[in-house]
Amino acid sequence: MFRSLSISPLALLAAVSVAQAQTEIQWWHAMGGELGAKLEEIVAGYNASQSDYKVTPSYKGSYAETMTAAIAAFRAGEQPAIVQVFEVGTGTMMAAEGAVYPVHQLMADMGAPFDPAAFLPAVVGYYTDTQGNMLSMPFNSSTPILYYNKDVFEKAGLDRDTPPKTWEEVEAFSRQIIDAGAAKCGFTTGWISWVQLENFSAWHNQPIGTLENGFGGLETELSVNGPLQARHWANLKDWQDAGIFSYGGPGGGNDAPPKFYAQDCAIYMNSSASRAGVIANAKDFEVGYGMLPHYADTAPQNSIIGGATLWVLQGRPEAEYKAAADFFNYLSSAAVQADWHQFSGYLPITQAAWDLSKDQGFYDANPGADVSIRQMTLNAPTQNSKGLRFGNYVQIRAIIDEEFQALLAGQKDAQTALDDLVTRGNALIRGFEAANK
Amino acid sequence: MVENRPLLTFLAHGALILGVIVVAFPVYLALIASTHPVSAFSSGVIPLLPGREMAANYATMLGQGISTAGAPPLWGLLGNSLVMALAIALGKIAISITSAFAIVYFRFPLRNLAFWAIFITLMLPVEVRIVPTFKVVADLGMLNSYAGLTIPLIASATATFLFRQVFLTIPDELLEAARIDGAGPLRFFRDILLPLSRTNIAALFVILFIYGWNQYLWPLLITTDERFYTIVAAIKRMAETADAEPYWNLIMASAVLAMLPPVLVVIAMQRLFVKGLIETEK
Amino acid sequence: MKRTIFGNQLLPWLLLAPQLAITAVFFLWPAGQAVWQSFLRQDAFGLKTSFVGLTNYAALLGDAKYLNAVQVTVVFSIAVAALSMGVALMLALAVDRGLRGARAYTTLLVWPYAVAPAVAGVMWWFLFNPTIGILPYALRAVGYDWNHGLQPRDAMTLVVIAASWKQISYNFLFFVAGLQAIPGSLREAAAIDGAGPARRFATITFPLLSPTTFFLLVVNVVYTMFDTFAVIHATTQGGPMQSTTILVYKVFDDGFLGLNLGASGAQSVVLMGIVIVLTVVQFRFIERRVEY
Repeated sequence: MFRSLSISPLALLAAVSVAQAQTEIQWWHAMGGELGAKLEEIVAGYNASQSDYKVTPSYKGSYAETMTAAIAAFRAGEQPAIVQVFEVGTGTMMAAEGAVYPVHQLMADMGAPFDPAAFLPAVVGYYTDTQGNMLSMPFNSSTPILYYNKDVFEKAGLDRDTPPKTWEEVEAFSRQIIDAGAAKCGFTTGWISWVQLENFSAWHNQPIGTLENGFGGLETELSVNGPLQARHWANLKDWQDAGIFSYGGPGGGNDAPPKFYAQDCAIYMNSSASRAGVIANAKDFEVGYGMLPHYADTAPQNSIIGGATLWVLQGRPEAEYKAAADFFNYLSSAAVQADWHQFSGYLPITQAAWDLSKDQGFYDANPGADVSIRQMTLNAPTQNSKGLRFGNYVQIRAIIDEEFQALLAGQKDAQTALDDLVTRGNALIRGFEAANK
Repeated sequence: MVENRPLLTFLAHGALILGVIVVAFPVYLALIASTHPVSAFSSGVIPLLPGREMAANYATMLGQGISTAGAPPLWGLLGNSLVMALAIALGKIAISITSAFAIVYFRFPLRNLAFWAIFITLMLPVEVRIVPTFKVVADLGMLNSYAGLTIPLIASATATFLFRQVFLTIPDELLEAARIDGAGPLRFFRDILLPLSRTNIAALFVILFIYGWNQYLWPLLITTDERFYTIVAAIKRMAETADAEPYWNLIMASAVLAMLPPVLVVIAMQRLFVKGLIETEK
Repeated sequence: MKRTIFGNQLLPWLLLAPQLAITAVFFLWPAGQAVWQSFLRQDAFGLKTSFVGLTNYAALLGDAKYLNAVQVTVVFSIAVAALSMGVALMLALAVDRGLRGARAYTTLLVWPYAVAPAVAGVMWWFLFNPTIGILPYALRAVGYDWNHGLQPRDAMTLVVIAASWKQISYNFLFFVAGLQAIPGSLREAAAIDGAGPARRFATITFPLLSPTTFFLLVVNVVYTMFDTFAVIHATTQGGPMQSTTILVYKVFDDGFLGLNLGASGAQSVVLMGIVIVLTVVQFRFIERRVEY
C-alpha cells in the first residue's frame, strides 16, 4: 500500500511528462509558392492527427540552396532530421554513408509499418540501391510530358486531339504549323539535360552511363554519346536553325514556358508538375497532353522521374527518428498521397494512391492528368530506364547545358558536343569517386 | 574656360545630355514597367509610357509580396536592409575610429602588427573567402540573424586609414593643450577628435550606408529565413520563378524600391557623398 | 607620426579589440581555412578527408575551364574599365568646360553609384530579355539577331554594359576632380601658343591626368574582379558555355553549388594572391602620388 502510493505519483508524473514532451523535428524543403502552402497544409494535418510528434517545415530556397544549406548545417552539427533533396543530388546523398539514415533501415529500426512493395517501382527504383533497399522517401516526383496547343493545331489543319507520337511527327507537324502561319515555332522544351538527354535515353532504352546508369558503383562512366543521342541532338540543332525548335535556356529553361503561353511555340515538353502552371497561363487556348515523342524506328520504353525525395540525416536524437518514421508513414498513406498528386501534378508514389485517384474519378475529370503515370509505367524499367546515379551530377547537368549551347552556337557538331560532355562529366565522376572512396 | 568655342560648348552639352539619358534609361524603363499590369509584358515589347497600375503594384509589393516567388511583403525587407545598412555603416565607423585613435595616439608593443592585421583585410574581400567564412558564421550560430548579416562585414581597413589620415593632420598642440587641462585619452577623444572628425564621419557614413544597403552575396547566402531577407538579395529570387513568367511589373517595382533609399541619400547629400568617395578612394 | 602621445598601454588594445577580433574571426581564420582546405580532398559532408598536397592546384592549372575563367576575367575587366572610364572621361571633359548647369549635370550623372550591382543587373536583364526586352527588339529591327542565351559575345556585351553602367559615375567624379587639379594657366598658355583643344588634351590634359587614370584603372579592375559578382549572378549566371564565368563566380559556383571545397579553396588562394598584387600596386601608386 505504502509502496504503491509512493510509486503511482511517479508513474503519473512520468506519464504526464511523456505526453508533454512532444518531439519536434525539422523538415527543410524547397517548395515555394502554392506547393509550399500545400506542403504546410499536409504537415498541419499530420501535427493535428497525433500529439506525440510535431513536424516543423522550413522553406530554404531552391533545391540546390536547400541541399547546400543542409550539407553546411550537417558539417556544423545543426542538421535537420529531414531534408528534401532533388533527384540529381541522389548520388551525393547516397555516397554519404555516415550522413544519411537509409529509409528502409529507419523504418525497420523504429518498428514502423513499411511495405516497399506498395510503392510504384518506376518511382522508387530511382532511390533504391542495387539490393532493392529504399534509401529515401519519395515525395514529389514528376516526369516530362508533352503539352500542345490544340487551337494552333486546328488552325494549321492538324487534328486537335492527336499529339505527335514520334519525333518525325513533331518535325512534320511543326513544319505544317509554321507554313500555315499558325505559330512561329514548332516546339520548345524545359530542362535540356533532363528531358532531351536523360529521359530521351531512357525512353529509347539507351544507357546513360555504365554500371546500370551508375547504380552499380562509383566507378561508373557516362555513355550518353551513343548514335541515337547524337542523331537527336543533331536534329535539335537543325530544327533550331530551321525555326522548328526554339531553345528555352539552360537549367530548367526559363524562356521556354513564355514561348508556349504566348502561342509562339505550338508544342512544349516539360515536367508533369508544370501542368497547373500551364493551365493557369494558357488563358487563350486549349491545352492537349501527350507522351514524349520517340523515333519511329524504336519503341518507347518508359520515362524516368525528376523531382525530389526526403532524406533522413544522421546525428539527431533517437526520438526524432521515431517521429520521422511515423511522419513518413503518414505521408505515404493513400489519402495524403492522392491529395498531393491531384493538387500538384506530381506522380502518386504508391499504387494505392493511384487507385484512389482513379476511384475518385480524378482522371476522368482532368483529361491528361494520367499521361505522366502511364508513360512512367509503360514498360517495366530496364537497366537503362530505372534512373541514374552519378556523383557531382549537379555540375554535370551544367556541363550538359554548356555543351548543348556550344552545339546550338555552331561551335561543335552533335557527336563532338556529346563526346566532350562525356569526357568532362567523367572527370567529375572520377573526382567524386576519389573523394568518397 | 580657356576660349569661347560655341561648337565645342554645344557638343559638350550634347554629350552630357546624352550621358544623362543613357544613365537614366534603364531606371526609366524600370519605373515605367512598375506602373503596368502584368499582362502588358506577355505580348511583344515592353511599354515605354506609364500605365495606370502604379499604386496597385507598389501596394501589392509593400503589403503582400509575392509568396509564389519567395518574396514576403517588402516593408519587412526594406526594414532589414535599413538595419543592415545602418549597423554596417555605424559599426564600421565606430570600430575604425577607435582603431585609428589607438594607432595614432599610442605607442605600444606590436603596434605595427596590429596595423598590418587591419591592412590585410583589404586583401581579403568576402568573395574570395566565401566558403570558409560561411562556415565560421554557421559554427557561431549566426545564420539568419542581424548579427550574422552585419558583424562579419564591419571590419574596415579603408575607414581606419581615413581616420588615421585625419588624426595625423590634427595639430599636436591640441593634445598638449588638452593634457595641460588634465584631459585623459578618452576625454580627448570625445571632446576634441570626434567633433573635429564630424564631416569625415558624415561623408564616410554616406558611402558606407550605400555599401551596406547594396550587399548581395552575403545576405543571399546566410539568410534562408524570410524574416531576415534584405531587399537587394530578394529581387534575384523574384526574377527566378520557375515554370511561370516573372511578374516583371512587380519585380521592377521592387527594384525601384530597392534603389530609392541609397539614391536619395546620394542626391540629398551629394557634397558629403563626393567628399566621402574621394577621401576613401575605394 | 605623432610626437605627442598617450602613455597608456592597455587602452590601445581595448580600442583595437573589436576591429582585431572581427578581423581575426571573419578574415584571417577563414582565409587560413581556405588555404588549408586547398590542400585537402573532402566529400561534400566532410566525412572523408584526405591530404592531397598540391593536387587541387595542379587540377586547377590543368582545367581548361579555369583557364577560360582567367581569360574571361581579363577580357571583362579590360572591357569594363575601358568603357566606363572612356565614357566617364568624355563626360568629365564636357563638364570641365565650365558649362552652365554643370552642377545639375553632375547630380544627374552620379546617382547610379548608389544602385546595387544586383539591381543594376536585374534591370539590364529586363532590358535585354529575349522575349520582351526593348534592346533585342531594337537590335532585331536593325538586323542584328541578339541572343545572349547562346552567343558568348552577346552575353559578354550584356554583362560589360551592366557592370560599366554604374561605374561611370564613380570614374566621372574622379576625372572631374583630376581635371580641376590641373592648373588653368597651363592650358591657357598652350592656347595662346595656338594649340587647339585636341592638341591641348593630348599634350597637357591627358598626361597630367595620368595619375588619376592609373588609379582608376586599378580601382576598376578590383571592382570588376570582385564587386561584379552580383551583376553576373543576377544576369547570365556565368553562361552561356561559361563565357561570362569570372574567377569570383567560379569560386562560388564550385564551392557552394558544386560543393567541391578543395577546388574552391585553391581558387580562393589564387584570388588572394591577385588581390595582394593589386593592393600593393594601388598603395605604391598612392605613396608616389603623395610625393608629387
